[in-house]
Amino acid sequence: MSERASVSPKTAEPTTDQPTDERMDEEQPSEDTRAERKPVTTGAESVVRALENAGVEYAFGVQGGAIMPVYDALYDSDIRHITMAHEQGASHAADAYGIVSGEPGVCLATSGPGATNLVTGIADADMDSDPMIALTGQVPTGMVGNDAFQETDTTGVTTPITKANIFASDSDRVGDDVGEAFALAGTGRPGPTLVDLPKDVTLGETAQEPGEARTPDTYTVQERADEGTVQRAARRIEESSKPIMLLGGGVIKGDATEEVRSFAIEHDIPVVTTMPGIGSFPEDHELAMEMAGMHGTGYANMAITHCDTLIGVGTRFDDRLTGGIETFAPDAEVIHIDIDPAEISKNIHAEYPLVGDAATVIEQLAAEVRESPQATKWRAQCQQWKSDYSMAYKTPDDEPLKPEFVVEALDEATSDRAIVTTGVGQHQMWACQYWTYTEPRTWVSSHGLGTMGYGFPAAIGARLAADDDQEVIAIEGDGSFLMTIQELSVAVREKMDITVAVLNNEYIGMVRQWQDAFFEGRHSASEYNWCPEFDKLAEAFGARGFRIDDYDEVADTIQAALEYDGPSVIDVHIDPQANVYPMVPSGGDNGQFALTEDQL
Amino acid sequence: MTGGLEGPAPEERPKPAGRRNELGIRIDPEAEAARPHRRTVISALVVHEPGVLSDVSGLFSRRQFNIESLTVGPTETDEQARITLVVEESDPGIEQIKKQLRKLIPVIAVRELEPDAMRRELALVKVNATRPDQVAAVADMYGGKTVDASPETATIEVTGAQQKIDAAIEAFSQFGIREISRTGTTALARGTDDTATKGAQADDYQSEITHTVPADDD
Repeated sequence: MSERASVSPKTAEPTTDQPTDERMDEEQPSEDTRAERKPVTTGAESVVRALENAGVEYAFGVQGGAIMPVYDALYDSDIRHITMAHEQGASHAADAYGIVSGEPGVCLATSGPGATNLVTGIADADMDSDPMIALTGQVPTGMVGNDAFQETDTTGVTTPITKANIFASDSDRVGDDVGEAFALAGTGRPGPTLVDLPKDVTLGETAQEPGEARTPDTYTVQERADEGTVQRAARRIEESSKPIMLLGGGVIKGDATEEVRSFAIEHDIPVVTTMPGIGSFPEDHELAMEMAGMHGTGYANMAITHCDTLIGVGTRFDDRLTGGIETFAPDAEVIHIDIDPAEISKNIHAEYPLVGDAATVIEQLAAEVRESPQATKWRAQCQQWKSDYSMAYKTPDDEPLKPEFVVEALDEATSDRAIVTTGVGQHQMWACQYWTYTEPRTWVSSHGLGTMGYGFPAAIGARLAADDDQEVIAIEGDGSFLMTIQELSVAVREKMDITVAVLNNEYIGMVRQWQDAFFEGRHSASEYNWCPEFDKLAEAFGARGFRIDDYDEVADTIQAALEYDGPSVIDVHIDPQANVYPMVPSGGDNGQFALTEDQL
Repeated sequence: MTGGLEGPAPEERPKPAGRRNELGIRIDPEAEAARPHRRTVISALVVHEPGVLSDVSGLFSRRQFNIESLTVGPTETDEQARITLVVEESDPGIEQIKKQLRKLIPVIAVRELEPDAMRRELALVKVNATRPDQVAAVADMYGGKTVDASPETATIEVTGAQQKIDAAIEAFSQFGIREISRTGTTALARGTDDTATKGAQADDYQSEITHTVPADDD
């Protein structure tokens, strides 16, 4: 386990009731039992022991033939296993658990279809660099390669989508394999790791306790950036008259939120975030320009387009952020801070590459920058853009309910520490744009992979990682929610306090929006007017169902859903024609964002 | 009414001047420079364990790197193997290849070899042996060795730089080539220069290395 990750799993400001203390109290008895724990006798027990040593509290999964020995060993463990309705749900729940807690989330599945069902969630975690462990059952080693029942080459399938994967071949070593997977998932640039567990290896006898979890010797992480480059970058910042900080998901994963906040505020540098970077800077702060990119705010995109110095932290310059590379930040010299050297100059050439841990490098930079940039005019310009391109929508009574209004109402009804999870589509963009995020690890979404169906299982993982007083709100779309709606049964069984708001327009809305703009309005396969009534479906699952059709129902219904102690689903019937703006067409110029359909 | 926001239309907005050209496109010396592909040799020292080769080749295929040849074999240390890659890519592509290779967990060290590195390939060429004396003469010319002979065929082993083997094959073609098997290039740095050893990260991502066209060695 990396030092950073184990020090502070939650970066949200601790409240008076000190959740960390509670957690330590809970851990106390398990420390005692650990002292008197029975020695391991099988590979499977060694696997579970490695999980316990890593401090795992929850594991998400589905039982099955090849993974049965591990589940049998879990039976005697304090680790709480959450049986999911589908393995995809397990992988998303583990992913979200990792995002919210900062510790790798764990998911389990059996061989073959169990393992392949995890694949979407693993790929999702890989794209977003989320720490995650996947443990998969495998047919006995003697049958591997023979197309045995429920056999899949799981390490082969997952090689391109994992940070590392291990085929466990030895009962004596399997505990260490799991420990290594843990260490790798949480160290350096986080990511998903997988251990494939053949049944004979987990059934096999061993007295070998897993050793200390550590990364292989070949794995090295550079923590501190090159001093010379830091100095050059510092000079550039001092001389800059139009600086911008661009904060990516790496700021949150590297627990660098406090460092970047104080750096930006001390030097009065306006801040733009990427979508995974949401929460790294308080959006209600004067310097906040909020999210940039395809559906970013107009002012964020104007600021990026006109800046002369771009300080990118923990971002990989995804094409949804940059638009066309050749028109991205055309005047800017780029300072790029990233722990992964391969991200430097991959998409955007960095004049000042700073490889290292985000918090460490920002501190190095802070020590070196002696004068704040002279940027009074620039900040005024940024404020001007904020008023020129303010995020607004029309809400006359005679118009159908606007989704933006619903998102704002949810935000208003909940605390600053409330966690939002989303699926993928228009609802996700409205949740980015109209919710004001102020804390890290409160925004949980599928960014890089763009996985529809992510939001609800993610809410389950987030719920378990969150403090009891943190609300968990899943903002879903009708199409997205339908993809993993079976996980509602899990939330009901576990009595999880999750509020789902389905922004229901009876369309795959984002596709509809693109079809209107770029495919002459031919709505090929994007009309979902066969959607169920989600409130009634929720009741059938044993959850509470609500429905909103108009403005005057919004506040009261949201209140009732939030007050219900258990999963509740609000079927929100929004304006079916509502679209997401601003919008930069794919590969377009960020400064030329469209504010209406006519400008596309 | 499909929604929309207020604010100045795109044509009313200021445009950055500085590094844009008259078409409004970023002028970035790095990004704008022509990117000719060049051929180079990359040596990777890896942990000798199953699956490494598939990790490396999988990396190349899914990232769409243009790979010319890939050879692998054990080294002086039992636990380590050396993978030699010949790639044809632009400079940024070659940088990415090195960085992405380094990210693979079983990879110990990666280095792009200097143009003067020793680069060798082995080929077995099976030709028709209707004129055995002439076959032997051509083989001799390229330092080849006849490793198998039958009344109808002769198989010659040739080693050397890729260009030499190409030339040898060209010369053998007059007899009628029945089959060819080539290994791909393997390479080592010259003299005391370490090819790719743990700790020796010769071309770090931050250093600016100047590349020259590899000399046709041998």
